[in-house]
Amino acid sequence: MMIPACPLADLPRGEAFRLETDPAVTVFHTEDGELFAIDDTCTHQDASLADGWVEDCWVECPLHASKFNLKTGEVDAPPAKLPVRTHEVVVEDGMVYVKLSTAAPNLPHCAVRKLAGTTA
Amino acid sequence: MRTVAVVGASLAGLSAARSLRKQGYDGRLVVIGDELHRPYDRPPLSKEFLAGTVGEADLALEMDDEDLQAEWLLGVRATGLDRTDRAVRLADGREVRADGVVIATGAAARTLPGSEGLAGVHVVRTLDDARALRDELARGGRLVVIGGGFIGAEVASTAYALGLGVTVVEAAATPLAGPLGETMGGVVSALHADHGVRLLCGVGVKGLSGETRVDAVLLEDGRSIPADIVVVGVGARPCVEWLEGSGVELDNGVKCGADGRTSLAGVVAVGDCANWYDPRTGAHRRVEHWTGARERPDAAIATLLAGGAVEPGVPRPPYFWSDQYGVKIQFVGHAAGADSVTIEEGSADDRDVLAVYRRAGEPVAALGMNQPRLFTRWRKQLARPTS
Repeated sequence: MMIPACPLADLPRGEAFRLETDPAVTVFHTEDGELFAIDDTCTHQDASLADGWVEDCWVECPLHASKFNLKTGEVDAPPAKLPVRTHEVVVEDGMVYVKLSTAAPNLPHCAVRKLAGTTA
Repeated sequence: MRTVAVVGASLAGLSAARSLRKQGYDGRLVVIGDELHRPYDRPPLSKEFLAGTVGEADLALEMDDEDLQAEWLLGVRATGLDRTDRAVRLADGREVRADGVVIATGAAARTLPGSEGLAGVHVVRTLDDARALRDELARGGRLVVIGGGFIGAEVASTAYALGLGVTVVEAAATPLAGPLGETMGGVVSALHADHGVRLLCGVGVKGLSGETRVDAVLLEDGRSIPADIVVVGVGARPCVEWLEGSGVELDNGVKCGADGRTSLAGVVAVGDCANWYDPRTGAHRRVEHWTGARERPDAAIATLLAGGAVEPGVPRPPYFWSDQYGVKIQFVGHAAGADSVTIEEGSADDRDVLAVYRRAGEPVAALGMNQPRLFTRWRKQLARPTS
């Protein structure tokens, strides 16, 4: 499924755009000018990676210290232990689109509970 | 280098073992730990694990498919370091000869003198500590937390959520004034009162009362606070007694250079027990933060493998987080040298704050309460090299 994110002009290098899909997905525009999309929620705890620290092609979770590779989704070290899903990014006529992965997401416990509609 | 011994099997020790393999060391690797458990994550012990929302399996720090090709000597304490033989002596009489030694023995919770053997009195440092406290909290009752620091505040917050009546006793006039300064220490510790948790400040603890089980905390002003459970959260001391007489210089833990080197060649120290030189402030500082235990071993191992021939980079400013009453608290930098604190976003009344600490106009630290996005920006800015 292709989902429109935002005009490329609204996403300068070094910025991130969060799509309120379920689960949320974030598009990162790196300082090197590359575009990547990954699941927005850290696989360790309910933190938004859109708020994280991007360096090269890694984003560091804003709360703890796990870094996720924007290209592959792999995690470098705990506290997170599972990768995030990656999604394909397409730019057409100046618009950024995300082609959602069909793999199962790796969500943290609290986010799973939220999705299941129960309270923590 | 044919054998490296890592003494300490928590986050700093595991991170050192990982750094060794990542940096190409393929010799014998021995990891020594005084607890029986494989490396586990401690921050949840006062929060999610204590609340019962995270189980023991979730605490494991090793990845499922991870194999560091290490020999794990667990449940045995190191008792000495012999500099001539370069051997680590163990409590069971064994010794591990090694060409390189990584000291990562961490810190132990300070206790209250005279509380030994009294049931119902807890500290929170190890998994076993947290299991015992969790079982007691599940039975409910009145909890008195001695110490209004981060561990104490997190335990109070968790116990409040579990439905216990909670009192926090703090000797200083303002809790958290050391790490956060008076102003923001006051703002963060106001979270207790927001939730009906009683906070008593500026009063010391004289002792505990109870025959076999604690029944009250006795304050220096003569008050007696009834208690079914007491948690002592009065800080930690570096576990370095085993190094006395070894030739490793000790001063508030293991005294280290800016790259983790100790006074002995071939020996580096990381984590809570290590008092590293901080080039940003020009002083030694022992940092007990999770992120330090995870990030600094990279530099220390580079030093160890290069025989001290590498130039250390400037580490990122110290960062820590805390979760209390549903509020995400984040702090980076050094509050101690600041001459001003300003709230740049949000308001203290809403417990939704981004505050910046400055010295002579230059930002030196930042505090966030439920402000992860802005906090990340400040954390980045504070990590930039200063001219």
